[in-house]
Amino acid sequence: MKIGVLALQGAVREHIRLLEMAGAEAVAVKRADELADLDGLVIPGGESTTIGKLMRQYGLREPIMRLHEQGKPIFGTCAGLIMIAKRVENLDEPHLDLMDIDVKRNAFGRQRESFEADLAIQGVADVFPAVFIRAPYIEKVGEGVEVLSVIEDKIVAARQDRLLCAAFHPELTDDVRFHAYFVEMVRESMVTNVAK
Amino acid sequence: MTTRQTGTDRVKRGMAEMQKGGVIMDVVNAEQAKIAEQAGAVAVMALERVPSDIRAAGGVARMADPTIIEEVMNAVTIPVMAKARIGHFVEARLLEAMGVDYIDESEVLTPADDLYHIDKSQFTVPFVCGARDLGEALRRIGEGASMIRTKGEPGTGNIVEAVRHMRMMQSQIRKVKSMSRDELMAEAKQLGAPFELLLQIHETGRLPVVNFAAGGVATPADAALMMQLGADGVFVGSGIFKSENPEKYAKAIVQATTHYEDFELIAEVSKGLGEPMTGLEISKLSAAERMQERGW
Repeated sequence: MKIGVLALQGAVREHIRLLEMAGAEAVAVKRADELADLDGLVIPGGESTTIGKLMRQYGLREPIMRLHEQGKPIFGTCAGLIMIAKRVENLDEPHLDLMDIDVKRNAFGRQRESFEADLAIQGVADVFPAVFIRAPYIEKVGEGVEVLSVIEDKIVAARQDRLLCAAFHPELTDDVRFHAYFVEMVRESMVTNVAK
Repeated sequence: MTTRQTGTDRVKRGMAEMQKGGVIMDVVNAEQAKIAEQAGAVAVMALERVPSDIRAAGGVARMADPTIIEEVMNAVTIPVMAKARIGHFVEARLLEAMGVDYIDESEVLTPADDLYHIDKSQFTVPFVCGARDLGEALRRIGEGASMIRTKGEPGTGNIVEAVRHMRMMQSQIRKVKSMSRDELMAEAKQLGAPFELLLQIHETGRLPVVNFAAGGVATPADAALMMQLGADGVFVGSGIFKSENPEKYAKAIVQATTHYEDFELIAEVSKGLGEPMTGLEISKLSAAERMQERGW
C-alpha cells in the first residue's frame, strides 16, 4: 500500500511519519506523474491559498480529481479540508470540488485564538488530542456526509465515502489513530477496487 | 464540554510547521500584500520600510505604524507577521493585541534593549527570532521563540551571510548529535545554550522548531540554495519589491522554493526576470551597519 502526501507546502514530514507508524508506505508527491501509482492521498495542513495556487499552476487539480474517481481515498487536514470541499466561504471557485461540505476559513479566529482541545471522534477515539491552527470548520454537510466530530456545535471532522477530513492537525501529535483509520479506509478501497 | 487551551507550545510551533516549504514576503502596504498572496506567499511581514530602505534612511527603526499593519491584515487571508524591536516587549504586546499572527523580534529594527530579549514564553502569539549559530538559536528557543530564521545580513541582497549562518547551525547540530552524552554539558557551556535543549538535539538530530532562511535572499536560485542547505522555508525582505518586476519575482521565488531540487524548472522561472535588487558587499559595511551583530 502506497499513500502519497501532497508536498507543495506545509506539514508533509509529519504526515509521512504517522502514515508509516500506521503501517503504510508513504511518499511526498509534487508532480502529476507521481500520483499515478498511489493507493490514497493525504493533503496536509499548510496555507490553503498557497497550496491551491500551486496545485493549479502545476496541473495537479485534474489528476487528483481523477484519483478520486478511481475510488482512491483522500484525507485532508486543515488546509487539506479546504482543498477537498465543494463550497468555501468567500472563495468563488472551490479547489478540488469533491466533498459535499460548506467550509468557513480561519473560522475560530487568528493565530492567538488557535488552540488545543480533547475531542471525541467517532470510529477513531473517545479522547483525541486535537490541535487547531487558524483552523476552518464545516458549517453544513450534504447528504451522505457522516459527521465524525464536533466542538462547540461546530463540525470539525467528517467522512463521505472515500473522503476524510479534519479541521485540526492529527499530524502534529504522536497519536496514530486518525491515520490508522485512514490507512484502513485505503485497505478496504484496495479490496473493492480489485473486486471491480 | 471540551476546554480550549490557547498559546501552548504545540499551537505556537505548529503554526510555523504549517509555513514549511513556503516563502514569507516583506510588504509595506495592502497592494504589495495582495501581490505577495497572489504569487503564493505563505505569509507576509508587514513593515513600514523594507530592510534596504531602513539601511538607506538610517536613524532609529521602530515597530511599524499600526495603520499599515491593519491595512495589510485586512487585505489578505494568509497570516500576517510584524516586527518588534529586540527587547521591546511593549511593541510586542501591541502587535499581539492587534491580532498579528506572528511576531518577529528583529535585528532589522534598532534594538530597544542591549542586554535582554523579550520573554516570549509569556505571550499567546508565537515569535520568530534570528540566529547566527546553534547557541543563539537555542537561547531564543529557551526564551520561548517558536520559530528560528538565520539572520543573514538583511537588506543587502547578498546571500553569503545567510549561507554562513545556516551552514554553521547545521554543522553544529551534526556535531551535537554525534557527541557522547557526557560531552554535552561542556558543549552547552561553550555554545551558551540551555542544556535541556541541547540534549533534545542530541537525541532528535534537529532543532525543536522550524528554521527558515532570511537576510539576503534576492533570486530564485538563492531561495533554492537555502532550501538545499536545510532551510525549512524562506523569508524574502527587500528582494521582491526592490526588484524590477515584483510580481514575476515573487512567483519565481515561490516556485524555486517548492521545487528546490528541480534545476530545469528553476532555470526556466529565472528567465527574463529583469534586474534583481541592487546588492551590497558585506565587507564594505562598517561594524555599526551590520544588523546581524544586534542581539546576542
